[in-house]
Amino acid sequence: MNIVKSSTLAVVSEGDVVKVRQAVRAFAVEIKLSLVDQTKVVTAASELGRNLLIYGGGGEVFLEIIKEGMRQGLRVVFQDHGPGIPDIELAMKDGYTSGNGMGLGLGGAKRLVGEFYLVSNPVEGTRITIIKWR
Amino acid sequence: MQEQIPIIKLEDFLLVSIQVDMHDRLALQLQDDLTAKITEVNARGVLIDISALEVVDSFIGRVIGNISAMARVLDARTVVVGMQPAVAITLVELGLTLEGVHSALNVSRGMALLRRSREEQ
Repeated sequence: MNIVKSSTLAVVSEGDVVKVRQAVRAFAVEIKLSLVDQTKVVTAASELGRNLLIYGGGGEVFLEIIKEGMRQGLRVVFQDHGPGIPDIELAMKDGYTSGNGMGLGLGGAKRLVGEFYLVSNPVEGTRITIIKWR
Repeated sequence: MQEQIPIIKLEDFLLVSIQVDMHDRLALQLQDDLTAKITEVNARGVLIDISALEVVDSFIGRVIGNISAMARVLDARTVVVGMQPAVAITLVELGLTLEGVHSALNVSRGMALLRRSREEQ
């Protein structure tokens, strides 16, 4: 797998979540995702960017355009330095929320992208990787 | 940040057109402003144009649902107009159905819906 292009954004405020949306949109347009797929991946990034800020106390978002054989994809990694998610299975359930959201963030984001990986522990925080292939 | 979404009064209704990529606080601000304005001008309906919104995530969805619920309690009906098809597809997949929120394809149909429900009262 080759990384064609990458970018890093720090998320420490609500305005940064807006910037994440815009950056993900720009990368999605660059690999010529369909409008529906663009909207899905940007929406997923918005959910995960907000989680990063609210539950993880902020962190970094890494955007990459990746290439594997003939196919191109957009990979977005959300890394926080928060307390980690104690019960991942529960957190993925629709309707579950520990904050004041609708509890659709994690499960909803997973449905919107092709690949979704979550690694979380109290030492390193939470790292969520999403990939949308073209 | 001093930005604000303008609210226009038209007949008995309030008209809002969201033209910017809202951060969460701005969306909450709109929720508060609209609710206050409904009471202030005795509005019977609220029309929210989201045709310029490229993303409606669960937070914005919740705000729209809240506005609609608060307006209902204040005896005003809310219509959301102009949702882009890609946004509609994404919302449903996300799991948000915006129950109880009325929708119309565009502003003129939305206005017609509000006027009709006004006459029925």
